[in-house]
Amino acid sequence: MSNTLKDEIVGRGNNDGARMFREWFEELNGCSERGEQAAYVFVMGSFNEVLKSFDFPVVFPEINSLQTAVRRVANEYLEEAEDYGYSPDICGYVKADIATQLRGGQHPMGQIPKPALTVLTNACNTYIKWAEAWERMYQMPVVTLDVPGTRQLGGQTWRGDRDFENDRNYVEMQIRELIRTCEEVSGKKFDIDRLREVMGHANGISSGWKRLLELNANRPSVFNALTDGTIYLGVANGFRGEEAGARYFADLVEEMEYKVEHGIGTITEEEYRLVFVGVPCYPIFRRFNELFSEWNGTFVHSTYLWFASGGSNRGFQYDLSDPIASLAEGTLVSVRDAMDSMFHHDSVVESMLEEYQVDGIVYHPIKSCRTVSTGLADGRRALSERQDIASLFIESDMMDRRVVSEAQLKNRADAFFEGLASRRKQAAIQS
Amino acid sequence: MNTPVFDTWIDQPLEEVLLQCRDLTEDPDYPTVARWREQGGKVLGHFQVYFPEEIAHAAGMLPLKLRGSTLAPDQSDSRFGSYLCSILKTSLELSLGGKVELDMFVSHPICDAARNLSAIWARNHDYPCQILYLPQNPNSSHSVTYLRGEYDRIMRQIEEVCGSEVSEQSLRQSIGVFNENRRLLRKLYQIKREEPWKIAAEDAYALVAVAGMIPREEHNALMQYVLPLIEARTAKAEDRIRVVYEGAFCEQPPLDLVRMIGRATYVVDDDFLIGLRWLLGDVPKGEDPLQDLAHAYIEDSSYSPVQHDLRKPKEDMLIERVRASGAGAVIVTAAKMCEPGLEEQVAYIHALEAKAIPYFVSEFEERMTSFSDLELQLETFMENLLFA
Repeated sequence: MSNTLKDEIVGRGNNDGARMFREWFEELNGCSERGEQAAYVFVMGSFNEVLKSFDFPVVFPEINSLQTAVRRVANEYLEEAEDYGYSPDICGYVKADIATQLRGGQHPMGQIPKPALTVLTNACNTYIKWAEAWERMYQMPVVTLDVPGTRQLGGQTWRGDRDFENDRNYVEMQIRELIRTCEEVSGKKFDIDRLREVMGHANGISSGWKRLLELNANRPSVFNALTDGTIYLGVANGFRGEEAGARYFADLVEEMEYKVEHGIGTITEEEYRLVFVGVPCYPIFRRFNELFSEWNGTFVHSTYLWFASGGSNRGFQYDLSDPIASLAEGTLVSVRDAMDSMFHHDSVVESMLEEYQVDGIVYHPIKSCRTVSTGLADGRRALSERQDIASLFIESDMMDRRVVSEAQLKNRADAFFEGLASRRKQAAIQS
Repeated sequence: MNTPVFDTWIDQPLEEVLLQCRDLTEDPDYPTVARWREQGGKVLGHFQVYFPEEIAHAAGMLPLKLRGSTLAPDQSDSRFGSYLCSILKTSLELSLGGKVELDMFVSHPICDAARNLSAIWARNHDYPCQILYLPQNPNSSHSVTYLRGEYDRIMRQIEEVCGSEVSEQSLRQSIGVFNENRRLLRKLYQIKREEPWKIAAEDAYALVAVAGMIPREEHNALMQYVLPLIEARTAKAEDRIRVVYEGAFCEQPPLDLVRMIGRATYVVDDDFLIGLRWLLGDVPKGEDPLQDLAHAYIEDSSYSPVQHDLRKPKEDMLIERVRASGAGAVIVTAAKMCEPGLEEQVAYIHALEAKAIPYFVSEFEERMTSFSDLELQLETFMENLLFA
């Protein structure tokens, strides 16, 4: 293998991702300084496809909030929102953002522009309450795109089914209404060819995302789903519908295929392959991963990479000859999938076990997010009745350092790995 | 069903009827549901907040409002994580503990926690566990059409459970039964507003709660019997502050808490069990009854923190509720760990302050048993208002 080629390719995704992220926030900072406004959106159903066809800069407040935790300043923001009246018992993302808004957009990564409009889905109910808070602050248009989810496990419907068509028509009508709102807010006429172009780039990201996840089934795994995966996820969301985003994923897939071909894994010596279920522990992001990597455990997959990508794991490809109808179908299928990976996570994880050669599952319910956390205990119970797989259940938070007990997490993780080692020995004896 | 499931109140004095309603409301064994099943009836349990009960009624099922319980969640606790409200756990406990037996369960994505409930319920039961996706974008011009389709879908599920089709005629008849019930509940709330000294807060609460546990025809008969007796009472008005109670759209405060508040105030309006009073007026019995129900949900309904409608900012709706009921103060509560309730409190408080309307903020839990501290705080608040 050529070392030069290896040096060029391996690690490129992480470096480029970090650079693109900085540039994105610099751009947002510039918008704010020029007094320009942005569209506020969320990761599960951002509708970047429509918004970028109108050239709206997009702000993902979830990403802004998690950045305050990663940069270890979240508690200043949380306490400020609590002083304003918000309960300690609600989502930390909301509170960190409310404090950012109360500070006029001041954020560790730059100045966040104010919203010209907000677009959200019902994939998370907190999105709705969050947007209502902005509506009160800014009196700007709020467009809620209602995306009906799966009504019963295994009951997903597809194109041609009368119930699917009822849902799809509803989503399509709402997209058409969103387009009218965008025209009013931006003062620009809708350009369907520009929408096609943006959707074409989104197709590139979706296919790249799907392929990326597939490649990690290899042994050794080629990226850490918890740490590296979060970088890739940020690009997949923030740059959805942009040429730079599509190019990034083409390059990333090339990097990972190269790693597969040459047997290059992650920095962890891969002894235990793990699946992560939940939302990362951002207040101690690196350290949390070390609790597992120190035992040579690496995360080969996570439900987070499914739901927080808005269901891009399906790799849905838009039909550009009928863009609005196809956007409705793609949104319905993908956002529904994102919801399924939160509410029916036991089935999702079960589908990963064999393909990804999983040794253990790490459940991480968090105080801040009931959407993801409410059903984890029951799903774990149900899955353990169907599959003989080791699992760890540890609670903390994605934002609030006050409920993250590092020592307790470490004790639990250590015991988990001792159990995994013991299982392995037992299996060796029996075979 | 030919035999009533709740008939011991018939021809009894008003105080006795109200006592029976309070007892039934607090009875964790749901005896009316058991009686219904003994006669071969099927039961559809629906979680808070709103469900179009007319559809289940037209199919011959008993629509049972699942509103939690004061039971300890001995079996259900292990199905949930921490940091969650009580109602999720105790509702599941009713079923896991064998207190109620269902043939179908329906929940709605009202909040991040509750939207998990259908999947959890399904993992623990063999019967159909469905989500009804009520529109969170009622401002879309297509929302009524969508909801009509969604009601049709849930009706087909119900038909499958019952093994028979629901005719348009039976739907119209059910709408008629529920229209009468809505009229009677409106009358009860009119008494609360105009002559609150004639009906104690906990008695009014129990009269509404019973509606979610018995066939609606029976509830209509009960209400037709008690309302004239309540109106005929000769109790005199006392010098109490008139309050609106807000924050019980999902998890319900224990009856003792309602009683305590009713001792210190007149609760002239509230959002107790708002789902049973969600549709404000009569639903037309037109050509397409599902369309009529869908239209009523979108265009003629109440409000709660878990329905997003740009036409109904919650704080404005609360201010209007205060104005319409002539209340002098608001008790703003939220169930512990109830995210939408806690988030809405912030908006309510800021709006009430802007309007200089006195308010009292608190949290509650359905299984709380000690109220002395809260009573002292509330009395102090009321005395400040009375003697300021």
